[in-house]
Amino acid sequence: MGLAKRIIPCLDVTDGRVVKGINFLELRDAGDPVEIAKRYDDQGADELTFLDITASSDNRGLILHIIEQVASQVFIPLTVGGGVREVEDVRRLLNAGADKVSINTTAVLNPKMVQDAAARFGSQCIVVAIDAKKVDNQPFEWEVFTHGGRKATGLDAVKWAQHMVNLGAGELLVTSMDRDGTKIGFNNPLNRAISDAVDVPLIASGGVGNLQHLVDGVTIGGADAVLAASIFHYGEYTVQQAKEYMRNHHIEVRL
Amino acid sequence: MRKIDIAVVDYGMGNLRSVSKAVEHVAQGKSVVVTSAPAEIQQSERVIFPGQGAMPDCMRELDSRKLRDSILHAAANKPFLGICIGMQLLFEHSEEGDTLGLGLFKGDVKRFTANQMLNDEKLKIPHMGWNQVYQSKPHALWQNIDEATRFYHVHSYYAEPIDHALVVGETAYPKRFCSVVAQDNIFATQFHVEKSAQAGLQLLRNFVYWKP
Repeated sequence: MGLAKRIIPCLDVTDGRVVKGINFLELRDAGDPVEIAKRYDDQGADELTFLDITASSDNRGLILHIIEQVASQVFIPLTVGGGVREVEDVRRLLNAGADKVSINTTAVLNPKMVQDAAARFGSQCIVVAIDAKKVDNQPFEWEVFTHGGRKATGLDAVKWAQHMVNLGAGELLVTSMDRDGTKIGFNNPLNRAISDAVDVPLIASGGVGNLQHLVDGVTIGGADAVLAASIFHYGEYTVQQAKEYMRNHHIEVRL
Repeated sequence: MRKIDIAVVDYGMGNLRSVSKAVEHVAQGKSVVVTSAPAEIQQSERVIFPGQGAMPDCMRELDSRKLRDSILHAAANKPFLGICIGMQLLFEHSEEGDTLGLGLFKGDVKRFTANQMLNDEKLKIPHMGWNQVYQSKPHALWQNIDEATRFYHVHSYYAEPIDHALVVGETAYPKRFCSVVAQDNIFATQFHVEKSAQAGLQLLRNFVYWKP
């Protein structure tokens, strides 16, 4: 017995509502963030991740307000990402009640920001999110994309992960863009390649359609935590059911 | 001056909102204040000393706000709860940036060693997530908390007290390390009680009503 693998429901937030897209598009409304956060906490979620998917200066205040409300009622770790551009954004989110901040596009545009944020607030609260897609026109297998999956960077996802850890990332949130919203399971070869290349924990994301996918993410992909959205939002499974399934498959969980 | 039941020490390095909200949740009717004013810390009934980030920065911020004496005074006189770096700072020295701590407890703060294995997988650092805490010694703050309850940990360094009698809780990663120390009116945890759901709230509740 020891450290448990974590289950992390992910709440994509836009205009103050939780939504879920398919392959980063076609958004459907899934409910009120505070209500959903409380429900997942009651079900035994180990952490919650909020992604501000249409983050811009207009609604920056909105997500801060949501985090403040959630942090007053839900006492588990909260990660917030989306539109984090400068060290000051990290401070604002942490002050609002976030425990970790996820940095994605900015990490590519300005890697020093990751370094500065980790030096100032500690690696434990700096998550670097990597959106990766399988490519065949490069000397490597998976390429990093930014801007919600719209821009190719020419970066090798595995090397990029190592670079981010060297700069101070304390955790990696790896999303397979090929899998996101497809319900065919995590990209385990991608996750395994990154997990074996770094020393920090890895959160697998993108593609969960059933509970066996969560098990495979840990046992095959080497993930320390598994993130999922739609299987929980639409009530297909509760977090509790997911944990029981994982425990029955010999994965240590907090129940 | 306002009456303060519980002061949460603000030295610019904590997830203070999370800590104060969790305390307010279990201490209804009590005044919980996030403060960096030495006078307020001095006159509060109990003190919570949280902390996040790198230890050298934490010590620097603590000193630049002239809080060292207030912390030492509180730790000597009233119910005192250290959390995470707030536990590590109580020791003499940390490997993190070769930093001198407050020196209340003899011992070093050390980094987890890389290249260890855990269940056939590489040991990840930081140690992040819900791990079981073994109650090495009975303590009033363990009330209504089961042996081997999971708490949320996130850290790369851990304290190694020279006096083993201080150890009241241990966590395994992969070897057992000291995750809770206590002496007289001081109780300090490496894990985040404020982020440990019901178990953490219970521990905070126990602290709020603790009469050491």
